[in-house]
Amino acid sequence: MRAFTQAVAVARLRSLPMVAPLVVAALAIIVVAVAADPYLHTTVARMLPFALLAVSVAVVTGHAGLPTLGQVAPYAAGAYLTARLALTGIDLAIVHLLCAAVVGAVVAGLAGAVLVRHRGTVFLMLSLAVAELTAITAGQWRAVSGGTDGLAGIPAPRLLPGLPPLLGDRTVLLYAATITIAATAVAVWLLRGDRRMLLTATRANEDRARASGHPVNAHLWMVHCAAGAMAGIAGTLLIHTHRWITPADVGFGTAALVLLAAVIGGARSLGGAAVGAVIVLGVRDVVAVEVPGHAPLLVGALFVIGVYALPGGLTALPARLRRRHRRHAGPHAAAPPTAATSVRSTS
Amino acid sequence: MRIDPDQLPAPRSRRDPDHAHSTGLVAAGLRHAYGPLTVLDLDTFTIAPGDRHAVIGPNGAGKSTLLNVLAGTIRAQTGQLTYNGHTVTRWRPAWRARAGIGRTFQHPAVWPDLTCLDCVRVGGWHHRRNPDHTPIQVLNLVGLADQADQPASTLSHGHRRMLDLAVAIAGQPRILLLDEPAAGLTDTDTGRLLDILHGLPSWMAVVIIEHHMDVVAAFADWITVLHQGRRHTDGPAHLVRADPAVAALYLGTGGGDAAHP
Repeated sequence: MRAFTQAVAVARLRSLPMVAPLVVAALAIIVVAVAADPYLHTTVARMLPFALLAVSVAVVTGHAGLPTLGQVAPYAAGAYLTARLALTGIDLAIVHLLCAAVVGAVVAGLAGAVLVRHRGTVFLMLSLAVAELTAITAGQWRAVSGGTDGLAGIPAPRLLPGLPPLLGDRTVLLYAATITIAATAVAVWLLRGDRRMLLTATRANEDRARASGHPVNAHLWMVHCAAGAMAGIAGTLLIHTHRWITPADVGFGTAALVLLAAVIGGARSLGGAAVGAVIVLGVRDVVAVEVPGHAPLLVGALFVIGVYALPGGLTALPARLRRRHRRHAGPHAAAPPTAATSVRSTS
Repeated sequence: MRIDPDQLPAPRSRRDPDHAHSTGLVAAGLRHAYGPLTVLDLDTFTIAPGDRHAVIGPNGAGKSTLLNVLAGTIRAQTGQLTYNGHTVTRWRPAWRARAGIGRTFQHPAVWPDLTCLDCVRVGGWHHRRNPDHTPIQVLNLVGLADQADQPASTLSHGHRRMLDLAVAIAGQPRILLLDEPAAGLTDTDTGRLLDILHGLPSWMAVVIIEHHMDVVAAFADWITVLHQGRRHTDGPAHLVRADPAVAALYLGTGGGDAAHP
């Protein structure tokens, strides 16, 4: 019994680094929600789809090692599908989320069948082509997307049949935050332990992984599909929080910004990518209000600062500061190097 | 899958591709070229259970290309490969590895961000429910048990080579392809390498590409000499090593002491 209690305690300690950021995020949302400022509620709620999209990009970029601009394709598929379902009278949020996740995974699977065969610059350029095709398709396929005018007047979703639609700013914020945090938690849970170890191996040395019997491209394709499902859910949240969509929402600008967010936050940290998304949108939509017309300049400066001052992103900052502190403290304080995964078993 | 040595046939008689055909690996008509330069042109190359086979030759002889073709890293432009009765010519390296063709790399290939133990766990992933040896036992076999929780990036060159070998062994191959496993090793490490190789199961076929003739002499019982992608000589180790033509081949291409047969 005592051993079991100790094992539970150890398991809790090990899961703390995964759970703590999610708890902090939930507390931050609660703090925002109790504020009596509807504008703040709306602003934060509209950041959340982008944050979830950044998490999906971090999965592909940070964990699979494939820097991508193409996640806007499943994002757009999820968003337009949700919009069309809502406009045809199907307004249950859970139906929207499930359908968007499926279509996001399918779209990512189709694109991934080509993309994951390539690496580096070729992959990035192909994913750029996917982003451009997405924007062009959204602009040209009028029957579905409404063309460049987009779709507006999309009805608000309902959580359950008979319940009122989600219209209040605070309600929408809490709903979007719940979905975002839950989806991120699922992604963090899926990317722990052995799966994380296998992806680290795949990313670090593909030839060795293949020579050990791991079908690298198949692994990467599955990750791409799962990230596509997340992007599809983010597309649903885009509709639920904005209730309109235009091709510009799923174009190259969004693709570049979300990759930037993942880089600033730390592509190997899903929570960090979400925080990076909030920072990027905060700079573009809140800070830039003080200097009208200079939002791109501010975002560009943020990117330069992020890349040069924060290698590894925001989430790598504490570790860098610790290393610097140890260097200043003297050689005896230096800790042994750590690996991406820890020893869990000696058998 | 655990292999019962009793169910495997005795090592084949040499020069008997048909026997190896049902139990081992047979390559026929392999040819690979980079543009006008033919780097591999072999009529047959066979490996049967229990073989201790060395492939030697001067630089550029096609040794590594042969190993890459056998492991599936490179697909030969012509020719056919059969393994255990199956045509595996178009099988990708991961499927060949799962089927039992393991390998090490000329430059030690490990996963720097993982601990040594996790490297071995990834190497033996497909046998994790029924391993011949636990990961820590495999690390112990190559002398790295003390560094089990150290990141692979912190290992010395020699230890990385041992870890590469441990990862390959963890995959429980029937055929183990070793690409210059003694390159860069100290004499002590080379001795340990030979101890490890001598301790491998008798049913496991081992193909070694090596320039260190001391290692070849101590390990291999059959030697194939390649030159410019083609078979130069093929035969029992003691006869090949005594062959003046082989010595002339090395000396004529600038081979040093390490490569002198």
